[in-house]
Amino acid sequence: MVTGGVTKFAKAHPAMDFRLMVKRAYDYALKGIPNLTKDRIDGTRISYFSDHFSRQLKAASMVQDYLGMNPKGSVRIEWGGATGGECFQAAYEAVASGRMDVCLAAGYETMSRVATWKGNEFIALASDTNFDFPLGGFYTGYYALMVVRHIYEYLRLGKFANVKDEREAQRLAVAEGQRIMSWVSVKNHRNALHNPYAQYPKRLTVDAVLASEMISYPLTREQICTMSDGAAVAVLCDESRAREFSDKPVRIAGVGCGTDTMRLADRPFGKVPLHPHEKASDYANLPYPGVHSFRAGRAAGIEAYRMAGISDPRTDLDFIELHDAYASSEIQTYEDLGLCKYGEGYDFTLSGAPFLRGIDYGLEVPEAGRIPVNPSGGLIACGHPVGATGLMQGVFAFWQIQGAIRRHFGDGTLQIRDARRGAIHSHAGTGSSVTVSILERGW
Amino acid sequence: MPRPRAFDQFREVQEELARSGSAIFRDKAGVESLVIDDPYSIRYIHSYAEDSPFFLALAEHRLVGSRCTGPRCRFVFATPRSHCMVCGRPTEWTDLPNRGRIHSWTTCHFGSEAFLKETPYNLALVEFEGANSLLLARLKDAAEPDLYVGMPVEARFAEPPRYRITDVWFVPAQP
Repeated sequence: MVTGGVTKFAKAHPAMDFRLMVKRAYDYALKGIPNLTKDRIDGTRISYFSDHFSRQLKAASMVQDYLGMNPKGSVRIEWGGATGGECFQAAYEAVASGRMDVCLAAGYETMSRVATWKGNEFIALASDTNFDFPLGGFYTGYYALMVVRHIYEYLRLGKFANVKDEREAQRLAVAEGQRIMSWVSVKNHRNALHNPYAQYPKRLTVDAVLASEMISYPLTREQICTMSDGAAVAVLCDESRAREFSDKPVRIAGVGCGTDTMRLADRPFGKVPLHPHEKASDYANLPYPGVHSFRAGRAAGIEAYRMAGISDPRTDLDFIELHDAYASSEIQTYEDLGLCKYGEGYDFTLSGAPFLRGIDYGLEVPEAGRIPVNPSGGLIACGHPVGATGLMQGVFAFWQIQGAIRRHFGDGTLQIRDARRGAIHSHAGTGSSVTVSILERGW
Repeated sequence: MPRPRAFDQFREVQEELARSGSAIFRDKAGVESLVIDDPYSIRYIHSYAEDSPFFLALAEHRLVGSRCTGPRCRFVFATPRSHCMVCGRPTEWTDLPNRGRIHSWTTCHFGSEAFLKETPYNLALVEFEGANSLLLARLKDAAEPDLYVGMPVEARFAEPPRYRITDVWFVPAQP
């Protein structure tokens, strides 16, 4: 990867359609590299999630067109919420296969073209329309079902195992789960105060997160990402051109992708696929994935780590930008990606490990900086224009590794010192598909 | 010449669209964008195809799943499918019990536009004795404080049927 660009994510950009948003991000990306002109780009991969949002089918052709890329090769990428992450990997594959020397990955979503609750309906149409959608199709509800079970498995049967009365035990476990999820929300919104691209930067307290509206029990409004308009691009190329274009190219050292059943109800109760630093005995009695964990995220992580030669992500990664559409899924993803064992996600959060050092969160975070997660603010605070999101993570990770956060953000607070290697993680509907890509210093 | 009314707030633009069908949004830099109301509706001809027997059984107040015909597999799906996802063999229809337990649950206080008027509503993943997978359903006659993982529930059926998954829902089981 030699460059990238992102538009500011916003609730609505009525003055820009998707073509202009992508063009702005593209111009930003190319501006810094004089040798990288349009004629050096061999083709494109363009991502957006839903045709419903703009009611313009084959919209990717119009992006290609607007950028003046015709007649170069292009294809539209769509894979639910993981659309942007898939686009990043599709561009990687175009270069790695030798088909292209230089490939542009571009993604966007304009979700403001319908009202918020209609937008939720479009997203819910990415669930089974025979068995799931007609029940009240609502993705927040699906993730709520998952975290209620996650809390049951790990807090009810963990910290609250000794409480005799079942309802009381579950009530205490959910309250504890909600409190810890709120830490994630505080972290990501707080980080985003230093990210000018973010849609909802703010200083929050755990109490304020808990007091925000209940959307789907036990998830409150501040624990959930929002609809956004936005675009992001990344330029990927082979090694020799990377060195020509940049003295700080970033190597894509590993890519992984995993999948799971579309319906939550079909998830199996089997064995945990292990990361290299785990043992089968760690999970002797854990039915997996059930509805508590994202098997696709684990599979994607295992594949990407193997390719990148990562034997222990806790020490081999300097930061992670992951798909926190819900504060709950950030905690579940810590476990999928092996930052801690299954069942330890809540304690891992409270340890402060995923927080940044040197930022005042209003929380006791003794281990802050151990492995920062979502230093950019993640989806919860940056916004989630679906087709752009995974590419946005790629761009933020790229700037982290180049040590260029201050240059692009106008504020160096979020720069992780000596960040050599990071992971980006893009996730679709209840974990039905997930990508993980590993980026590292290439100079 | 007539000109749509202009607004600085996108929310006001949306309100104006509902009134007159067009509006101008003026952003902070003074750039004006013309915005129009553009409704869209579709009638689908939705076939349940190989899942049809499940919905026809609901109309007879029966809950059916599917069992793999593989002699060593025999996986039982509470949400039916006509081929086994484990071994790939065809499945056969099998009756499910009317009673099960809550595997997980939630109460939706908001929802998609199509379901907003029904909020709050409960969703539950239900587990059944003898089945290897779950069924997602509405849960009625119970509110947040009553619900817990493991709670016994029993099925109720719509009369007359509407041939939708909402033809079945669950309520707390009578002891």
